[in-house]
Amino acid sequence: MNPGIVTVSYIGATILFILALGGLSNQETARRGNIYGIIGMTIALIATIAGVTANIGLLVGGLLIGGTIGLILAKRVQMTEMPELVAILHSLVGMAAVLVGFANFMDPASHFEGVELTIHDIETYLGILIGAVTFSGSVIAFGKLSGKITGNPMLIPGRHWLNLGLLIATIYVCKMFVDQSAAGHGGGLVPLLIMTGIALLFGIHMVMAIGGADMPVVVSMLNSYSGWAASATGFMLNNDLLIVTGALVGSSGAILSYIMCRAMNRKFLSVIAGGFGTTSGAAAAGEVGEQGEVVALEAHEVAQLLKDSKEVMIIPGYGMAVAQAQHIVYEITKALRAKKINVRFGIHPVAGRMPGHMNVLLAEARVPYDIVYEMDEINDDFPNIDVSIVIGANDIVNPSAQTDPNSPIAGMPVMECWKGKTSIVLKRGMATGYAGVQNPLFFKENTRMLFGDAGKSLDAVFKDL
Amino acid sequence: MKIGIPKEVHDGERRVATTPEVAGQLINKLGFEVAIQSGAGAAANFPDSAYEEAGVTVVNDAKAVWDESDIILKVRAPEFNPDLKTEEVDLLHENQILITFLWPAQNPDLLKKLSEKKVTAMAMDSVPRISRAQKMDALSSMANIAGYRAVVEAAQHFGRFFTGQITAAGKIPPAKVMVIGAGVAGLAAIGAANSMGAIVRAFDTRPEVKEQVESMDAEFLELDFEEEGSGAGGYAKVMSKEFIEAEMALFAEQAKEVDIIITTALIPGKPAPELILEDMVKTMKEGSVIVDLAAEQGGNCKLTEAGKVIKVHGVSIIGYTDLPSRLPTQSSQLYGTNLRHLLTDMCPEKDGNVVVDFEDEVVRGATVVKDGEITWPPPEPKLSAAPAKPVEEAKPVMPEAKEEEKPSWLGPAITMGLGGLALFGLGAVAPASFMAHFTVFVLACFVGYMVIWNVTAALHTPLMSVTNAISSIIIIGALLQISSGEKIIMWLAGLAVLITAINIAGGFAVTRRMLDMFRK
Repeated sequence: MNPGIVTVSYIGATILFILALGGLSNQETARRGNIYGIIGMTIALIATIAGVTANIGLLVGGLLIGGTIGLILAKRVQMTEMPELVAILHSLVGMAAVLVGFANFMDPASHFEGVELTIHDIETYLGILIGAVTFSGSVIAFGKLSGKITGNPMLIPGRHWLNLGLLIATIYVCKMFVDQSAAGHGGGLVPLLIMTGIALLFGIHMVMAIGGADMPVVVSMLNSYSGWAASATGFMLNNDLLIVTGALVGSSGAILSYIMCRAMNRKFLSVIAGGFGTTSGAAAAGEVGEQGEVVALEAHEVAQLLKDSKEVMIIPGYGMAVAQAQHIVYEITKALRAKKINVRFGIHPVAGRMPGHMNVLLAEARVPYDIVYEMDEINDDFPNIDVSIVIGANDIVNPSAQTDPNSPIAGMPVMECWKGKTSIVLKRGMATGYAGVQNPLFFKENTRMLFGDAGKSLDAVFKDL
Repeated sequence: MKIGIPKEVHDGERRVATTPEVAGQLINKLGFEVAIQSGAGAAANFPDSAYEEAGVTVVNDAKAVWDESDIILKVRAPEFNPDLKTEEVDLLHENQILITFLWPAQNPDLLKKLSEKKVTAMAMDSVPRISRAQKMDALSSMANIAGYRAVVEAAQHFGRFFTGQITAAGKIPPAKVMVIGAGVAGLAAIGAANSMGAIVRAFDTRPEVKEQVESMDAEFLELDFEEEGSGAGGYAKVMSKEFIEAEMALFAEQAKEVDIIITTALIPGKPAPELILEDMVKTMKEGSVIVDLAAEQGGNCKLTEAGKVIKVHGVSIIGYTDLPSRLPTQSSQLYGTNLRHLLTDMCPEKDGNVVVDFEDEVVRGATVVKDGEITWPPPEPKLSAAPAKPVEEAKPVMPEAKEEEKPSWLGPAITMGLGGLALFGLGAVAPASFMAHFTVFVLACFVGYMVIWNVTAALHTPLMSVTNAISSIIIIGALLQISSGEKIIMWLAGLAVLITAINIAGGFAVTRRMLDMFRK
């Protein structure tokens, strides 16, 4: 096909991708945004496939088989498993980047000289490096999210030194690769393979060291990496469409990571470095003494409290996803709204294991999105709330984030449900949250606990409504 | 063990120590047997039949209740029983447990008699004021009811509406209520008066209650005077002479203006402070009402007569000492629940057997006689409410004190400088073709930043799945290579096509599925 037409198609696709991301910024336009994305992808594919001269069978077969698998996955996946799906899809992008990088490196058709060769080699190297890190990191994230690997951070002694060592090693291997590649065509495969191994290790180690509740940051960071991998591949192939699209996705993921970190009041680097508050942890542990008594309620008492209130706020956390309680939550919401009780949802930015996780779950249960609010929209309303129901959340409703400067989560914005008249906390037991900090909320005078599996407890509450 | 509830014998006492609901829980959850004297709950609107339904044995003979029970639950301290013509203390037998209001400080003789009978006696009024024991704090329960009832009594004797109205027949000003002492009773009175539409003001010597008063939409009257009035255990203490003078001046001024004064000022172990003097009463408007909740301890108003309503200088002064008993159903229910919580605490095995465990701070504090030995007063509670207070006060200050750290200009400047240098370095060596791509890359990053920044948090997950689908554009790279003659390149590219196709189809489809779920 005429290269001009291909370029124009690519420009069209780029614009459609930008519109797609822009459309996703609010609910009204989100569906249109998704359609723009599909059209853009189709245009880019057609324009590129038109230039394919051989092996059409393999191409079509791959597309059909892959597409079918993808559609089945998308149809079958439970909404509670979205973080896992997103993670595993990221790993595919990473792997594709690695494959394309190797294919490109072996392609005898490419001829570069001097500085251009060096730059091209570095681009290839970077593309494979980022791709491999994305791949192994995403696979580990998938394992952690689906519970196949323990969610606790795995902290190897001297892990920062290990990371630093791996970084130096990659730089050294890069130099080896560039030298060997410049020496003659076909050289440099061994350093490239060594680097891939190091990158895979690095990805595994990085995500292993990050704990369960930091997963929103990890998932959005891997999202970002998958974009950078595409971008690096674009540089390698001199393809602007890849560069632009990769950069769009990369910056999008980076912004999400930033938003998540800000919501936890943590530095991006400290999340990546793994663990949680290892320095201040000891100080916090020492203060466990100051506790009061928790007051437990029965389901029917909770139902009575709800019936007697006018303003109810529901604060879901990861526990709701684990118990698959979103449907019964909405049944309760409907029953209460039928009694003219104003029920709203307050969502903390890092509730769940993925940015926006709670919103998707509530949407799945058909909760209308105009009664679902973000933390910043709703935090000032708590003094007027009669009953707040905290479902399987802990650190995001911990008042010590505001009151105790020594707490590992000090300064993290939290849902101020204790300012309302009553808070009911649904929890399985008195275990601490991810941050390992005791939650003074549970001991407050106006807090009541409802122990047990969130789904079962809420079933019982619903029966009594 | 068997719990017995005799009928209260005090003249005019309408409360009962256990309601059918509480009794049901004692039987079913804690495994006790419960027996009640016939008619014990009648005055509180709990008929015998309701108790029977809950599984309680109704006994006609009062003496049988006293004789056959291991634990006796009562409201009032033991006194002379006119029906049996005997002292209630004499009805007790060895090893029995008596749980009731006892007022050990005021009744040393009673304590002595109890110890002679070799019983264990627990005073509900001696439950320590620690946060764990709040659910057993019968004094607070009763104070709450008294505060509410005080407003009702005031309304009864007040000739006007509480709320202001504009009617066709003219304007009605709202009543003005002043509450002195913002403890549990005071706060309950504030709430009740407020909900009836009155303008409420409150005064207390403890500045930390200001926030609580204001949270109930009442005005907190402040003295221009520095003195901390918080004593141990969250109660008030005796103030200095200067403070009292300033306080009296404030009351004198308020007395001219307000229609209703409700006084709840008490200092533990001392007679009630005299706050409303006769000349203040004189200055009050005709038809005004004073409700003196401290009447039993001598009264906050000089003219109060305990247990009576009198009219002096045109002002009704209510000195009832049995306000909780005037709401018998409510107070029995709360008192019964307080008792149940205490019994739950003492019966950890839930097998109907209680243990008087002196390691338990609450049980230790409440027990005034143990197996015939006087154990009152208890040692100081380890955790009083007082040390907690500075923390509470510090709390609201904390968030304000945490100012936004001023971003240092140095950090960004260095980053920008280094970034700029790196870019120049790159520009110096890189070929033109690379720089063209690089320009596109940098611009695209900025476009992405601008576009994404406004995404609502609710859509973060769909955004990630769509960007994930879009990042599969890497398929283009595979497509460009798949035509290669080299087998290995062909297969690598083919595999890449396969997995990116999964990603494209899966990413877009799942995004669509999610977005379809979002609805108004």
